[in-house]
Amino acid sequence: MSSTPHIEVKNLTVGYGDYILMKNISFTVNKGDIFIIMGGSGCGKSTLLHVLTGLKAPQSGKIMIDGINFTKAPEKQKKELMQRCGILYQGGALFSSMTLAENIALPLQQYTDYSEKQIEELVSLKLALVGLAGFEDFYPSEISGGMCKRAGLARALALDPEILYCDEPSAGLDPISSKLLDDLILDINKSLGTTFVIVTHELASIFTVGSNSVFLDGTSKSIKGSGAPKDLLQNPPNDVVLNFLTRGEKEHV
Amino acid sequence: MDVTCHISKQIMSVSFSGDFLKYNDDNAKAALYKQVRTPGIKALELDCAALKKWDSSLVVIIYELLKQAKAQTVSVRLNNFPESLQRLIRLAFSVDRNPPPHDTPVLPWLEALGEWGIDSWKAFRRGLVFIGDALRSVGRMFRGRAVFRRVDFLFALEACGYKAIAIVSVVSFMVGLILAFVGAVQLRIFGVEIYVASLVAIGMTRIMGAIMTGIVMSGRTGAAYAATIGTMQVNEEIDALRTMGIPVTDFLVLPRISSLIITMPILTMLSDLMGMLGGAAVGVFMLDIPVQEYWKYTYAALKMNNFAVGLFHGFVYGFIIALCGCYYGVHCGRNADSVGVATTKAVVSSMVWRILITGLLTVIFEEMGI
Repeated sequence: MSSTPHIEVKNLTVGYGDYILMKNISFTVNKGDIFIIMGGSGCGKSTLLHVLTGLKAPQSGKIMIDGINFTKAPEKQKKELMQRCGILYQGGALFSSMTLAENIALPLQQYTDYSEKQIEELVSLKLALVGLAGFEDFYPSEISGGMCKRAGLARALALDPEILYCDEPSAGLDPISSKLLDDLILDINKSLGTTFVIVTHELASIFTVGSNSVFLDGTSKSIKGSGAPKDLLQNPPNDVVLNFLTRGEKEHV
Repeated sequence: MDVTCHISKQIMSVSFSGDFLKYNDDNAKAALYKQVRTPGIKALELDCAALKKWDSSLVVIIYELLKQAKAQTVSVRLNNFPESLQRLIRLAFSVDRNPPPHDTPVLPWLEALGEWGIDSWKAFRRGLVFIGDALRSVGRMFRGRAVFRRVDFLFALEACGYKAIAIVSVVSFMVGLILAFVGAVQLRIFGVEIYVASLVAIGMTRIMGAIMTGIVMSGRTGAAYAATIGTMQVNEEIDALRTMGIPVTDFLVLPRISSLIITMPILTMLSDLMGMLGGAAVGVFMLDIPVQEYWKYTYAALKMNNFAVGLFHGFVYGFIIALCGCYYGVHCGRNADSVGVATTKAVVSSMVWRILITGLLTVIFEEMGI
């Protein structure tokens, strides 16, 4: 983890039409961070992730990736920037009509000039990295939800992304699978230096993997706390953050 | 980027140097993998002392080499590996579960035929059970005991009612036009073009109106039923209904069947009318038949029995289309691909069943002298 800014969010307002979810929020994700975006249900975490990944335009403000204005970038540049990012969706979002190998090979076929043999080897490696060696010919319907997520992670890692966005990676997983996925995120972060931006409200994952974070508050439509999750727990800036991080068991700072 | 390899005293030494980014020399890699399989190799030494930048294309080579070495029981030593690369290699080899056997057994032909027969019989029975359930739901509806929301019925009525008017009108007008044009070519030979009016009127009212409405509605509404209910299956909404004890046929199938059997005869009437208008367009503008004359022959050809037969076909087609759409939706798989398959099957099967039933009804009506 370094202190070089990788993603800078400046005065960002997100919402749907006149309905504002977050107003004028700013934060910075450094290179190699595992950055957690946390907050209660419905506060706009997933919408913010859609904005960060370019799936939705913000109401105002900008997102800078390595100093380039991603929000206002021309379509071609935006596409180039997105190729440097991977996304792990909540359910894995694997294509059900394709095998795991075909799912992972898709971005490689689309964006690289590797030979079929090379792609085959890369697919095999990526699956091995997520603990699914030998599952190449399986269809998403033939594996469990946790394995689907891991395969989704393998697909997100296919192009060696510098930034990996994850939407609720441990949601719906049993504690063991959830821990396995958290360990995987830590391993990938340490070995590849990938910057992770994770949207989650799973406290166990937040404290296990998070190196930096922001807490979004749906009521005030603003950031109510930022910093390493463990620091936020030790020195909570306000009751809202404390309540969230202690599941409401401690009420006052 | 460079890979050097030499073998001495049964030890294969490979060193990687420079930047290893997007390395894609398949021949060099194949040669390397071949060498590690050379009989007599006892140890593999990999050295990264001169390695600078690297990406997955290097990890792939190391991973493959280590896999081959493992398979050949060759001992491995990693020298001067960056910590992150070592960690990644460890991660790739840390297996927490092995894949279960995944081969689909190839059955002998007789066994395969038997399997096919059993599957077909099961599918047939499932179809019959579904029809039975749907009819029971209709019965419950007449007794006022069916569990469905009025608003669902009204939405279904809207979707297959006035929203279908435009497409049914256009298609039927064109069919009437084609029917008249093709008929006129033949009738002109005998100088009796005026009978184009009778041909179109009888053809449209007896069967063509119902058939064209059926084709449009199976592609439009039947497919939509299968896709909607199929997506509900994927999203576990149907499971939720079942666990709540609500009959799926009441809640999902009944509003759709009842709305389609109500609207189909009405749309068939519209189709009859539009077809006759299409025929009139050819008769009046191409064959120069006076309007009054054309309508006189059309009116004379209109018979109540033909009209009733057409409407009855419309009613039956509505039932078949709704039943096929709902059946394939309810029995859809649990992924996006299955929704596509269900939609296709719904349209194709409703077409096939309509043709079969039309044949049957034609024989019955013929026997009855209608």
